[in-house]
Amino acid sequence: MYFVLRRGLTLGVTLILISFLTFLVFQIIPGDPVLTILGMDAEKGQILALQEKLGLDKPLFQRFISWMGGVFSGNLGESLRFSRPVLDLMMSRLPVTISLALISLGVTIIIAIPLGILAAKVRGQWLDYLISLLTQLGMAIPSFWLGIILMFIFGVIFRWFTPGSYVPWSEDFWGAFKGLFLPALAMAIPKIAVLVRYLRAAVLEQLKLEYVRTAYGKGLGQNVVVNKHVLKNALIPVVTVLGMIVADVLGGSLIIEQVFALPGMGRLLVSSISYRDFPLVQGMILYIAIIVTCINFIVDIMYGLLDPRIRLE
Amino acid sequence: MLKSSKGVMLILILVLSLTVFVGCGQRSDKQVVSEDSTSQIKSGGNVVVVVPQDPDYLDPHLAAAAGTQEMMFNVFEGLVKPDNQGHIHPAVASDYTVSEDGLVYTFTLRKGIKFHNGNLVTVDDVKYSLERLMGVETGEPLAASFTVIDNIETPDQQTVVITLKEFDASFLANLTVAILPEDNADHNLNPIGTGPFKFIEYVPEQRVVIEKFADYWKEGVPYVDKVEFRIIPDNEAALLSFKSGAIDIYPRIANERLEELGSEFHYVQGMQNMVQLMTMNIAHKPFDDIRVRRAINYAIDVDEIIEAVAFGLGTKLGSNMSPVMPQYYQEGLESTYNLNIERAKELLTEAGYEDGFKTVISVPANYQFHVDTAQVIASQLQKVGIDVDIELVEWGVWLDRIYRGRDYEMTIIGFTGKLDPHKILGRFTSDYDANFLNYNNSEYDELIKQATKTVDLEQRAELYRRAQQILTEDAAAVYIMDPNFAVAMKQNIQGYIIYPLDVLDMSTIYFTE
Repeated sequence: MYFVLRRGLTLGVTLILISFLTFLVFQIIPGDPVLTILGMDAEKGQILALQEKLGLDKPLFQRFISWMGGVFSGNLGESLRFSRPVLDLMMSRLPVTISLALISLGVTIIIAIPLGILAAKVRGQWLDYLISLLTQLGMAIPSFWLGIILMFIFGVIFRWFTPGSYVPWSEDFWGAFKGLFLPALAMAIPKIAVLVRYLRAAVLEQLKLEYVRTAYGKGLGQNVVVNKHVLKNALIPVVTVLGMIVADVLGGSLIIEQVFALPGMGRLLVSSISYRDFPLVQGMILYIAIIVTCINFIVDIMYGLLDPRIRLE
Repeated sequence: MLKSSKGVMLILILVLSLTVFVGCGQRSDKQVVSEDSTSQIKSGGNVVVVVPQDPDYLDPHLAAAAGTQEMMFNVFEGLVKPDNQGHIHPAVASDYTVSEDGLVYTFTLRKGIKFHNGNLVTVDDVKYSLERLMGVETGEPLAASFTVIDNIETPDQQTVVITLKEFDASFLANLTVAILPEDNADHNLNPIGTGPFKFIEYVPEQRVVIEKFADYWKEGVPYVDKVEFRIIPDNEAALLSFKSGAIDIYPRIANERLEELGSEFHYVQGMQNMVQLMTMNIAHKPFDDIRVRRAINYAIDVDEIIEAVAFGLGTKLGSNMSPVMPQYYQEGLESTYNLNIERAKELLTEAGYEDGFKTVISVPANYQFHVDTAQVIASQLQKVGIDVDIELVEWGVWLDRIYRGRDYEMTIIGFTGKLDPHKILGRFTSDYDANFLNYNNSEYDELIKQATKTVDLEQRAELYRRAQQILTEDAAAVYIMDPNFAVAMKQNIQGYIIYPLDVLDMSTIYFTE
C-alpha cells in the first residue's frame, strides 16, 4: 500500500516536471506554429489574427498555468493545427497504436521465447551461431528500412498486403489486419532480436547454478530442467526488457507509423512536433510518461510474482 | 587464347549494349504520354489521390497553404476561375464588364447556380463573401488585397457592382477567391461551395473526401463519383502505396522516380510556374556586394543542376518568372550568367575575395529537391574558392528563422505559381513583409508600383518585363529552374490537366474501359 502511494506521488511529480520541461523546450527551439500552419503565402493580417486566436500572444508562464489547470480538470486543451480537442485526437489514434502494439508484442513473444531457449540449449553448435547471426542482423537493421523492404516485397511484388491503406477494425476485420501486420512485423523483428539475446544469456547464466546440477542429479531430462526450473528464474531480466518493449510500442512507433502511413500516436507526435502544436505535444508526452511509469510499476509487481524473495519495499 | 577471350568480350559488350537498348525501348514506351481521345470515357468510379500534407483550414478565406488550395480548388469557386493556361473565365458569374477607367466591375450572376447544400447562389451571398474578406464586420481584413474595394452594390437579383477606391490591375485575379453561402454557420467545419465536387469529410492525417456535385453548372463534368485525397507525408511510403495499386493518382512525383514505374502507370508533366532560386542575404556580408552576387551567378552551372537534380525535366530561368506566363515573361535572361569560372574569379578578386570565403547554405530538410540542389551548388562554388557548408533546417524553422526572420546567408526555395504577376514579382519590393532576400532597389519598387496602376495590359506587361531585367542585372538571386510537375496515374485514368498553379483539378479526369 505504502509502495503504491509512493509510486503515485513519484508519478505526479514526474509528470509535472516533464510537462514543464516540454513547455520550456518549445520556447527555446526555433519554429512558430502560426507560421508553420499558414506557410509561405500568409499575409501579415492572417498571421496576427491566428496568433491572437490561439492565445500565443500571452506570456509563457500564464499559458503553462492555464494548461496545467486544464489537465487537472481533465481538459488537455485544443490542438492548434486541427482546432479539435487534444483528447479526441489522441483517442482516435489510440486504437491503431494499441492494435499495432498487441500484434507486434504477440509476434515477439511467440517467436522470441522459444528461440531464446533453443539458442541456450544448443549453445556452441552451428544453430546457436546462426541464431546469433540473425539476431545481430535484426538489431542492426534500422526499422524504417526494414519496413520499406517488407512493404516492397509483400505489398508491391506479392501484393498480399496493401501499404498505406489503413481501415479500422470495425469496418473490415481482415482488411485492418492486412494493414497492420506488416508494420507490426517490422516493429517486432528488432525486439525479437533483443529478447532472444537476453533470454539466451539469462538461461545460460542459470544453467551454471547449483540447483540445475541438483535437478540433473535427480535424473530429470534437459527439457524438464530448462522449461520447468530454469525458465522461471531466467524470466526476471527478460521481464525488464519486455516491460521496456511494451512501453515502447504503446508509445507509438514514430518511424514505423510514418513509413506505413498509419494514423497512430507516433505519427501524431511527429507531426505535432514539426508543426509546433504545443497542446498536442504536451498531451502526447503526458500519455507516454503515464504509460512508461505504469509499465514500470507492473514490472515491479511481476518481479515479486516470479520470485517471492524480491520485496517491493 | 588471348584472341578467344577478346571474342568473348566482344560478344559480352554486344549483349550488354543490346540489353541497354532494349531497356531504353521499353522505357520510352512507358513514357508515352497517352492523351488518347478515342479511348472510351466511363463515367463514375472512385479515385484515390495521394497528398503530402493536411489542409491548414477548410474555410477558404482562412486557408493560406498551397497544399490546401490544390485540393479545395475542386470545392470552391470565385466569381471568376482560372484555366490551365492561366486565363480567367467567369464561374459563379456568367459574365462581367469592367468600366473604362478600371474602377467599376459589373458581374452578372450565373442563372440557376447552386451551392452544394442545394440553395441558389444569391447576390447577397456574393456580397457577404467579399465583405467577409474585406473584414467589414470585424474591422480586420482577412485579405489585404480586398481593402481596395470601395463599395459593393446589388441593384437587382442578378447583378453585383463592385467599385474600387483606386485602379488595381490584380483585382480580377483576386476574385478567384471562394464565394460562400451566407447562412453557413461554420465554414471551417462544414465547407460549402459551388465547385464540381462537394466536401464530405476530413479525418486529420488520414484523408479529405469529396464527392461529385450533381447540380454543377457546367454540363458533363465531373466524371468520377468520389475523390479521396489520402494524406501520406512520407514520399517513399506514398510511392510504394502507389505501386501496390492502393492509390490511383500520385501528383508531384519526383522526376527521378518516373522511370521505375511499371507499364500499369503513365504520367503527364508540364511546367508548374515555380521559380526555384538560391537567395543570398543581401543585408549580410559579402552578399551586399553586387560583384560577389554576380560572381556566384557566373560560377553556378544551372544546366548541370537541371540534369543532376531534375533529370533534365526542368526549364532554365534567368529571372523571377517562368516562361509558362508568356504574356509577362522576359525572354533571353537565362543566358545572362552562363557558366564562366574566369569571370567569376575576376569579380571575386575585384571585390576583395581573391581567396574566396566561407559561407553556409541553409535548406529546408523536407524538400529533398532543394537539398540535392544545394549539394550540386556547393561543389560548383568550390571551384571559385567559395567554401559552402550545407545546413539542413526543419520546415518550421525555415519559415520562422529564415523566411520571416531573415537570419541566414544563403538558402534555396521555390516560389510557387500565381496567376497575378504582381504576386510573383512583388516579393522583391523593399516594403514586402517577407522580402527575405533584403533586396532593395528604388527603381524596381517604382516599376512594380506603376504596374499595378497601369490600365493598359501591354504597357503593364512591359513594366513587368523590365522589372525582370533589373532582377537579373542586380543578381538579386541565382534563378535556377521551373522544375517540371509530373503527375503519375494508373493506365486506366485519363484526362488529367496540369495547371501552372497549385491546383489538382479532378473534374476532368475519367476512367477508361
